[in-house]
Amino acid sequence: MIEVLRWVIWRDMTLALRRKSEVLTAVLFFVIVVSLFPLGVGPEKNTLATIAPGVLWVAALLASMLSLNRLFADDYNDGTLEQLIISSQPLAMIVFGKIMSHWFLTGLPLVLISPLLGYQLGLDPDSIIILMLTLLIGTPVLSLIGAVGAGLTLGVRGGGVLLSLLILPLYIPVLIFGSGAVEAARTGLGVEAHFSLLGAFLVGAMILAPIGAAAALRISLD
Amino acid sequence: MKYFTKAYWLQLSSPKTFYPVAGKWIPLFWVATIVLSLIGLYYGFFVAPEDYQMKDSYRIMFIHVPTAWLSMWIYIVMCIYAIIGLVWRTRLSNMMAASLAPTGALFTFLALWTGALWGKPTWGTYWVWDARLTSELILLFLYFGFMALRAAIDDPQRAARASALLAMVGVINLPIIYFSVKWWNTLHQPMTVDATGKATLPEAALISMLIMTFALWAYTFAVSFMRVRNEIIENEKGSAWVTEMMGPKK
Repeated sequence: MIEVLRWVIWRDMTLALRRKSEVLTAVLFFVIVVSLFPLGVGPEKNTLATIAPGVLWVAALLASMLSLNRLFADDYNDGTLEQLIISSQPLAMIVFGKIMSHWFLTGLPLVLISPLLGYQLGLDPDSIIILMLTLLIGTPVLSLIGAVGAGLTLGVRGGGVLLSLLILPLYIPVLIFGSGAVEAARTGLGVEAHFSLLGAFLVGAMILAPIGAAAALRISLD
Repeated sequence: MKYFTKAYWLQLSSPKTFYPVAGKWIPLFWVATIVLSLIGLYYGFFVAPEDYQMKDSYRIMFIHVPTAWLSMWIYIVMCIYAIIGLVWRTRLSNMMAASLAPTGALFTFLALWTGALWGKPTWGTYWVWDARLTSELILLFLYFGFMALRAAIDDPQRAARASALLAMVGVINLPIIYFSVKWWNTLHQPMTVDATGKATLPEAALISMLIMTFALWAYTFAVSFMRVRNEIIENEKGSAWVTEMMGPKK
């Protein structure tokens, strides 16, 4: 089973890295959306620092949601997905591998670029570290939950908008505790509770989401 | 008595048998809705004593609490139907799940709206972002998502199964709504009546609330049976019995 996981991750990474522009789109979206806020709200430092946790988290959430469409779409269009489903390996494990490589390509770059954007919005160094950590734990949860929605909306008319309607409500808890932790760090409160809950989301989603996404794919390709 | 045999109840899961049975029950549920609402509102507005803190404004509770209860219960019932449809592939349970969703969304909206109207005189604001209100708002989005996903997929079988899976994922939100007033320190007051039956209310107010709940359940059944009859006709439009029924009325 680990063999399958490694194979799926290697395959998806290779495919994605051969079309680098697609990988960069999510990160560029994240950077541009965050850069719009100082222009829209005004360059006042205190205001920006106050809204920074929420802005960064919402932008990360939208960026990771926008890239979800591609999670299964290419394999669905060229028929690979059907082959994966009828293979003798557990589908949930294959899906888990796909989600992991998706996160490496869209979630991890967001985590790595976030300190720069946090600094841009005037967050202090301690809050920036907390921001990175929350994104590190939180963005995999987003990819995992999103996979279920991506599976359900596969090949559906107007799938992109529909996907956001299905997935964003489920993203809300992650958003609340992710930005809550940064906000708590910024105002000097404890962040342990937020981290515990984010960790619990991650563990729960890692177990349940691949099974749910596999079921969704079976329904979509029935 | 035919009502006590298993065969009678199993027969009802066939759309063809259920269609006339639902038609017979709809008027009964409408009568129950009207009678029970009148009794419940009479108790609420005239018999229940004035609250010493909130004065008369608390009387919106007799609509707010039942709609909030039902918004959660209908989701559970809808989800159970959806799971039955997913597991046994029964067509009627999928249609029932689809018929319940709009009513559930309506009650969620009403719970939020009446809550806002109640919040203005007691909290001084229509809306606060506390845990109970936010999670109830998420419930509204979940209903919308369920209906939108169903509407977006053309194949009825696939639509039913996909939305069933979505409903199962969304169920995670229900305990969060229910326990939100216990888990977080929120502006929303704690439950006036909890599952163990302890109530912190005058008896007349409690009676009114329970009667209103039954009235809303009767309403739910009436409208969802009406909707499910439409669904049955639409889904079975090619079959012999529908053609026969619709035939002579040209």
